[in-house]
Amino acid sequence: MAIGIKVLDRPIEETSYVRATLSGMGHTLRHLVRPHKVTTQYPEEREPLSRRWRGTHRMLTTEDGRAKCVACGLCPTVCPANCIKLVPGEDEQGNRYPLVFEIDEFRCIFCGYCQEVCPEQAIHLGRHYENSEYSREGFVYDLERLTAQTHPVCEMWDPADPRGE
Amino acid sequence: MIPAILASVQIPDPQGDPAFGPWFVATLVKMIALFSVWMVGVAYMTLAERRISAWIQDRRGPNRVGPHGLLQPIADGVKNFMKEETLPPYANRAIFFLAPMLSFLPAMMAWAVIPFGASWASRWGRIDMVFADLPIGFLFVLAITSLGVYGIVLAGWASNNKYALLGGLRSSAQMVSYEISMGLSLIPVLLLTGNVTLSQVVNSQATLHVWNALSLGVACFIFIIASFAETNRLPFDLPEAESELITGYHTEYSAMKFSLFFIAEYANMITASAMIATIFFGGWDIPFTAADNAGAVSFPMVLLSMLIFALKVAFFLFLFIWVRWTLPRFRYDQLMSLGWKVFLPVALAYIVVIAALVLALDAAGIERGLVYGLILFGVNVVLLVGLFVLLDRGRLISPSSAPVVGARLAILRRLAAERARLSAMGPR
Repeated sequence: MAIGIKVLDRPIEETSYVRATLSGMGHTLRHLVRPHKVTTQYPEEREPLSRRWRGTHRMLTTEDGRAKCVACGLCPTVCPANCIKLVPGEDEQGNRYPLVFEIDEFRCIFCGYCQEVCPEQAIHLGRHYENSEYSREGFVYDLERLTAQTHPVCEMWDPADPRGE
Repeated sequence: MIPAILASVQIPDPQGDPAFGPWFVATLVKMIALFSVWMVGVAYMTLAERRISAWIQDRRGPNRVGPHGLLQPIADGVKNFMKEETLPPYANRAIFFLAPMLSFLPAMMAWAVIPFGASWASRWGRIDMVFADLPIGFLFVLAITSLGVYGIVLAGWASNNKYALLGGLRSSAQMVSYEISMGLSLIPVLLLTGNVTLSQVVNSQATLHVWNALSLGVACFIFIIASFAETNRLPFDLPEAESELITGYHTEYSAMKFSLFFIAEYANMITASAMIATIFFGGWDIPFTAADNAGAVSFPMVLLSMLIFALKVAFFLFLFIWVRWTLPRFRYDQLMSLGWKVFLPVALAYIVVIAALVLALDAAGIERGLVYGLILFGVNVVLLVGLFVLLDRGRLISPSSAPVVGARLAILRRLAAERARLSAMGPR
């Protein structure tokens, strides 16, 4: 025996080379000819998303195409990641609207508080997760981009239906 | 004018030797054709390895580049050419550059003597489907393939890296050890064939109507195992040993030089598979027919024999991959024990047995034919079963366990019985 090899107690009756090898080969062959593949072929196949999936934000609009946001300031206040930038403005009729409304998708932790706190059901998280950009700045979504999103929005947790069924 | 030239070199006898001109052209065509097929084969072996390993592990493998990932080798090739070449600062430059080439060339050179098809009875004479049917046959292959170790050792040395050096050292020790068993396992073939020329080996198997794998089973077993060791494939991939030596001898290599080592590995696999197929599995001989053994044959027959050869080689390539993704790596001392303490004595004893058997059968006046082959086959079944029984149970090849005393053994037996009982009850 070579020097320095850890010695284990093992009955030599239980050792097997040829049969162990053959059974191993049989095992791999079984997997080869009758595989149970679990890989999802991602771009072609997708796993279904939960109805409460919290992904890319989306700003809903009124019928005339303007954002529903009234710039009340609740969402930047509640946001734990401090990723929402809101500068309120007011028009001649005294309606408040956001001059600047930006969400940094990198800072966002997708907790969904903004959607929960919004009195106008304006800002939503959406069932969408494919965000890719060439620069960090690209991940700061402005109001125009948020209103342009079309994916389905996330459903809020309902105490009557806790599992979303 | 061209028909006139063609007519001038035609000889009436399709079994005769061709004139120099046609022979030269035929050799060039064979070289280009075989080299192309072989290189494409190497490229697609990388894909086959990745796909088959994926299937064995219930994955899918590369399937994005082209249909079913078929263009993946091309993408890999482009990537390897584009990558940055690194040169370790204290490496020995000349040897560092030479090593990948040295490991690649021998695998290719071995193909000079391997017959890959039946002879073609062309209008210009008999054209053999082998480049040089050297009278030294498989001795040449043994000599050339063992040169491959220089590439690995020099790569390990020139890299000036301890892991690379260890990989190179392991490789040389392993190759020297297993070359002996490999060479000795070929002596029974020599005894049976009476010749080392590979085309004669193929013909002798056709005469016996039984593959050497059956009539010389133990030699075949040792040769296949030794081939795995010679090509540094798992379970004998100690020179690479990712988990211990990073990747051994090619730790410091990058880009195309790294890729060349991989080409060499797959090329060696193809050469080893071709050798196994030729020496022990009848080579290009089409099974259950005699039409292809009557000297030179027509062109479709030649193509069919090449196809048979390719299928046999493909099977052994699959075996290489299949084994790699099944068996774990040997420990170094186990590797040495297996080579020196098991295969070497077995091969030596087997030479004596086969020599005696051939002598006895010849003395008994049995013709070289089916009966002769079947007698050898019967004896070999007995020998193989004996060998496997000896190898299988109650023997430890360089154990990591100590012999246990009776009391301890009784405890372990009781535990094993309990485990068996519990597993027989099924999952709770």
